[in-house]
Amino acid sequence: MTEDKRNIVIPSEFLGEADKIKAGRGTFIEDGKIYSEKLGILSKNSNYVNIIPLKGKYDPIEGDFIIGIIEEPLSSSWLVDINAPYPALLHINEVPWDVEFGETEKYLNQGDSIMAKILDVNIEKKLQITLKDRNLYKIKGGYITYIEPSKVPRLIGKKGSMISLLKKYSNCRMFIGKNGRIWIDGKEENIAKVIQAIDTIENESISFGLTDKIEKLLKKNSQVVQ
Amino acid sequence: MESDIKLIDEAGKRLDGRKIDELREIKIEAGVLHRAEGSCYLEWGGNKVVAAVYGPREAIPKHTQDPLKAVVRARYNMAAFSVDDRKRPGPDRRSREISKVTSEALEKIVITDKFPRAAIDVNIEVLEAEAGTRCAGLTAAGVALADAGIPMKDIPVACAAGKIGSHDENGNKKGGYVVLDLGKKEDNFGDADLPIGISPRTGEIILLQMDGHLTLEEFDQALDLAIKGCKIISEIQKKALLDKYQIDLEVN
Repeated sequence: MTEDKRNIVIPSEFLGEADKIKAGRGTFIEDGKIYSEKLGILSKNSNYVNIIPLKGKYDPIEGDFIIGIIEEPLSSSWLVDINAPYPALLHINEVPWDVEFGETEKYLNQGDSIMAKILDVNIEKKLQITLKDRNLYKIKGGYITYIEPSKVPRLIGKKGSMISLLKKYSNCRMFIGKNGRIWIDGKEENIAKVIQAIDTIENESISFGLTDKIEKLLKKNSQVVQ
Repeated sequence: MESDIKLIDEAGKRLDGRKIDELREIKIEAGVLHRAEGSCYLEWGGNKVVAAVYGPREAIPKHTQDPLKAVVRARYNMAAFSVDDRKRPGPDRRSREISKVTSEALEKIVITDKFPRAAIDVNIEVLEAEAGTRCAGLTAAGVALADAGIPMKDIPVACAAGKIGSHDENGNKKGGYVVLDLGKKEDNFGDADLPIGISPRTGEIILLQMDGHLTLEEFDQALDLAIKGCKIISEIQKKALLDKYQIDLEVN
């Protein structure tokens, strides 16, 4: 964040010559020239020109931690909505329980939420997810809210500064899925506070000094829980 | 007879007072619908058009999926109250044709291989019509797609040119003028209408239709004129998108 002004770029905007600067995310090269392919914010670092998208669906990447909602239990797997363009498959081998064939409904049913990890994304964008990793389980209780997936890095902050701030002032347990779903658990009034803060972050995600602003907001609403 | 109406005077002034190469007034607003991924409201003279983008999402029914790329499904629809006489609701021959050419135009622009098996739905709703709705629809769809954050190579834009006034009041043949952006009466009683859609960055033509008769020279002239119009509208499109999001930046 060395530049003092953020620039909005629109698709097809000329960003630079391909032999002078490297084309990063959200760009494409045509005839040796780099153009933007998405609506977003221009960011240049270490010889790369990137576009940080303002909007858009979640693009699943292997290894991402996400929050999914069960769409349909099948006989040996579940179809899970992970807010991507496609439903993801959760196979019974990828859950920590011993599930008999045809008895998937006993463990996870339609509407249940899970914390999961993306296991595999193939070339056809067929998705597989898994529950076999640390801290992955079925969600019981709490509250799930949603932000634009492109704003998740902002919510986490530099080295997790924003998220630790939220946890510190609200005394809530939180899990941020890369797909934009956020699980919050704690006292009801604390959850309301966190949701208010998240809304502020989402609406003002492109402004500077947001972490400080959020800290002020949270301080105003609560005392630090010792 | 009304078809003998004088569409253009000797000074080159048209019915609504426009010059030969003048566009009607255009107003574009991005991001107007809450439920859609991206949307756009466009006013172009007497045309009022809303475009909404949904997706990319899994294409259903399954046989419409392409395992290698996304399909763009544009749906052009005219509201029953959009024209003088009530239009019978539902798809008809004309709106299906426009949906098809618009889909094909947008498919050229969107980077479809990023979303295999998916569909991107673009709904274009004409609330009020006054000639040139397919151009207005494609222009609005371009802004809505960009607003939805869909990767695309360019923002498509469309504009029409045509030929009017080749008969005088007595019905005698005379030259006629190639003009930009036909109005309602010019469209109905003129000699030709040439809507084109282009990719403004490359100048590539993504939609071209013609109604009426033009000589080869007139066609070239009309094409150049329409491309010039497209370039002007393209700037309005970009401004609409920048306005919508730049303001967010400044407020904070």
